[in-house]
Amino acid sequence: MSATLRLSRRRFLQVLAGAAGALVVGVRADAAGDDGAPLELLGDDYSQVGPFVRIEPDGRVIIGARAPDMGQGTRTALPRIIAEELDADWARVTVLGMPLGVEDDGGKPRFVYGDQSAGGSTSIPQAWQDLRQAGAAARWLLVQAAARRWNVPAASLRTEANTVIAADGRRAGYGELAADAARIDLPRQPLPLKAPAQYRLVGKPAWNVDARDIVTGALPFAIDQTFAEALVAVIARCPYLDGSLAEVDDAEALKVKGVVKVLPLPGPDPALAVGVQPLAPGVAVLATDTWAALQGRDRLKLVWKPGMRASESTAALEQQALDKLAGEPTQRARDDGDFAKLFKLGRKIQADYFVPYVAHATMEPMNCLALVEADHATVIAPTQTPERAFEVVQRLTGLAASQIEIRFPRIGGGFGRRLEDDYVAEAVLLAKAVGKPVKLMWTREDDFTHDVYRPCGVHRMSAATDRRRRIIAWRHQLASASKRNGRGGAGQQWTSEIYPDDLPAGLVANLQYDWYALDSGVTRGNWRAPAHVSNAFATQSFLDEIAVALKIDPLKLRLELLGAPRPLPYRSHGGPVLDTGRLANVLRLAAARIGWDQRRTNGHGLGIACHFTFGGYAAHAFEVSVENERLLIHRAVCAVDVGRAINPLGLEAQMMGGTIDGLSTALNLAITVKDGQVQQKNFPDYPLARMADMPREVEVHIVESEADPSGAGEIGIPSVAPALANAVYAATTVRVRRLPLMAELKRLL
Amino acid sequence: MQQQPLQAPPPPSEIRPEPKRDGIDVVINGERFRHYGDPAMPLLWYLRDVLRLTGSKYGCGIGACGACTVLVDGQAMRSCVTPVSALKDRHVTTVEGLADAQGNLHALQQAWIDEDVAQCGYCQAGQLMAAADLLKRKPDPSDDDIDTIANLCRCGTYPRIRKAIKRAAAALKEGKA
Repeated sequence: MSATLRLSRRRFLQVLAGAAGALVVGVRADAAGDDGAPLELLGDDYSQVGPFVRIEPDGRVIIGARAPDMGQGTRTALPRIIAEELDADWARVTVLGMPLGVEDDGGKPRFVYGDQSAGGSTSIPQAWQDLRQAGAAARWLLVQAAARRWNVPAASLRTEANTVIAADGRRAGYGELAADAARIDLPRQPLPLKAPAQYRLVGKPAWNVDARDIVTGALPFAIDQTFAEALVAVIARCPYLDGSLAEVDDAEALKVKGVVKVLPLPGPDPALAVGVQPLAPGVAVLATDTWAALQGRDRLKLVWKPGMRASESTAALEQQALDKLAGEPTQRARDDGDFAKLFKLGRKIQADYFVPYVAHATMEPMNCLALVEADHATVIAPTQTPERAFEVVQRLTGLAASQIEIRFPRIGGGFGRRLEDDYVAEAVLLAKAVGKPVKLMWTREDDFTHDVYRPCGVHRMSAATDRRRRIIAWRHQLASASKRNGRGGAGQQWTSEIYPDDLPAGLVANLQYDWYALDSGVTRGNWRAPAHVSNAFATQSFLDEIAVALKIDPLKLRLELLGAPRPLPYRSHGGPVLDTGRLANVLRLAAARIGWDQRRTNGHGLGIACHFTFGGYAAHAFEVSVENERLLIHRAVCAVDVGRAINPLGLEAQMMGGTIDGLSTALNLAITVKDGQVQQKNFPDYPLARMADMPREVEVHIVESEADPSGAGEIGIPSVAPALANAVYAATTVRVRRLPLMAELKRLL
Repeated sequence: MQQQPLQAPPPPSEIRPEPKRDGIDVVINGERFRHYGDPAMPLLWYLRDVLRLTGSKYGCGIGACGACTVLVDGQAMRSCVTPVSALKDRHVTTVEGLADAQGNLHALQQAWIDEDVAQCGYCQAGQLMAAADLLKRKPDPSDDDIDTIANLCRCGTYPRIRKAIKRAAAALKEGKA
């Protein structure tokens, strides 16, 4: 099978050679129907059958989930992939979150369970490559054990629901075979995998394995955990983008009952990457409980000195962008044909689009529990990048790989914020300094004012059309502050901002993508489907403007532009190809579901948009009206093709949630800067959508596909904002080119 | 058998009231606790740091997001802005106390599982407590009634929360019929 052939031998051995016995804390897989007994009640008498599977004598199968689950569903989906190839009985599967699997390999860490981070929508496609093999290998061991016991060829045996069955009808449960299986060496080469027709779990709906513990309040997030004697730390961080601490008076803070210590923390070292060290200098208050620490922090008398960025403002940054766009680009990311010549010849259309900085606002604020001893460190953190957290701990403690334990329980939202491990660095520095375990807490104000914000930008779009109403020239100029924050040198900054193979590249013969570097003191980072969200807003809004100018139906324009179904090369993350047919298919599906061809006469407008991100294809269509300055979203439709859906119920949730995240952000959210400080402090300044603001239903349509699965955590966002703006135009003839949309719409109405 | 003479017990030499005790009595999930710390401490930190009941979550500290929602005498309240001093002798229910004493899930908890509501799950305890308060007041809630729940969910689970509330309302009605 193709997947088997694609898995390299090195990768295969790397995954299967992991250390045994490292599974921790978890719950039963069939949360909806069991008694929810915690892991402590599970026996110690188990057999380790390959690195991801344990089997108890009673036949209960325990499967490790290696990647962080921040709501995207990996703790359910990854073990399902293993269980499928293992032929496990899902009703008797318990899922356990694995800690980071790391071993010392000649002075370098070796991550023995494969990639345990969660970002870039990669958990599912990676699992499809190596965790199917892990499941097949565990099954192979059990089959070998049965073959030896019965003295029959392994090839004559089959498996079904935790049982090995012989040709003559003899049966042995996995529980009976596990002890023997655990003594057999793992196979030396990749094993054949199931044909899709044999799937019992993949493609069927699976309920969240943590559901019961979530609704009873029993599930411990990192923020809910502590160690005996741990001190709670809160940090007063510099409010300026690049300021420093001038004076500290901690006398009043130390008088608060429960406050134990006040400690300064250094600011970031420019030689190190963002995300492996504190984001800002600060003063930590350590206390016996959170309330005491917060009161202590309130009583600190601090004088902060503004730095070079003291005069930065959102307005000045926008002016800088407009000035830059009038000059030469920092980087020409793509240059096809002869844009300048064709642009002169055709009918010209131009528009500028404005996208603000936005914050992550994860519901669980940053936090970290750290214990640092002379020969051991344990860190429990809500991180998307446990490998990076390990590197932070190792750098700050100098401990060996075997002395560092990184745990990452279920995470209260990630959205890219937790790709950075600044809070891990803070907690480890404090734990080292006080010689006691430290439980670091961030308040919501800390979170809003010290994030790694999604880059703001100004997009200047230019196109020309010919007499046959075809687009003959296209230029996308983007001025943004790169989320690389300087990492990799000046020549690399554009790579995270504009992707050379994003559409309409390959569809318009004369095309330029130009990037202009903005200078900003705001620290930038990854925000769910990073640059795709901003770029799709500009591209898909502009396509609508072209359709209006040419008096062509916006759906027809898109379909004609995509043309015949064919693969286009796509060299950025999510490639190697982009299939125009799959994109056209989700567009048609979304259009059909919203009733695109049925004219609305009641003041309602329809808008549509589509995008390709990280291997997935999505289209959104909305029906809206504007009444008395209120925008009403009557229907929200999303069509998605991520290849084979491992868990359709989880995929639907991701698309529903992505649609709402996209709407919430597009409608009302922006981070602004004034006098070198972020102005938003808490939810009233950054009004995330509440239930009443959102459509009552998001109609999600999943394309059935045999293609290898891609991740679904991010594809639900990019086409939302442009589809919404296009719908608003259809309803009102007001074109909104600036996000957040509501403020601009009210200004324009 | 020897007869005891009928005699009144001697009067006590002095009658004293019970000594005044420090702290604030609060009933949490049916059990009485006494808080001896700062009376201004918000209930949320008393629950989380002192009692180690961590189901109620910190989200904003200003009563804006609802992740800390609990019931006080049956009414939804934001525990992050409710000082323990305001809770003397009042009955607090947290998500840990939503199921009955035998561990049978509340209809809302079961509906939350059945509708597969939770994504990250962090806000859901607060959502459940807000929904419990709603169903008490409106056993058959309309969509507009459900819209009055103003708790934030960053993952965007609102459509499934809506379905789960309706499912729980139907289950409770059926249970009573």
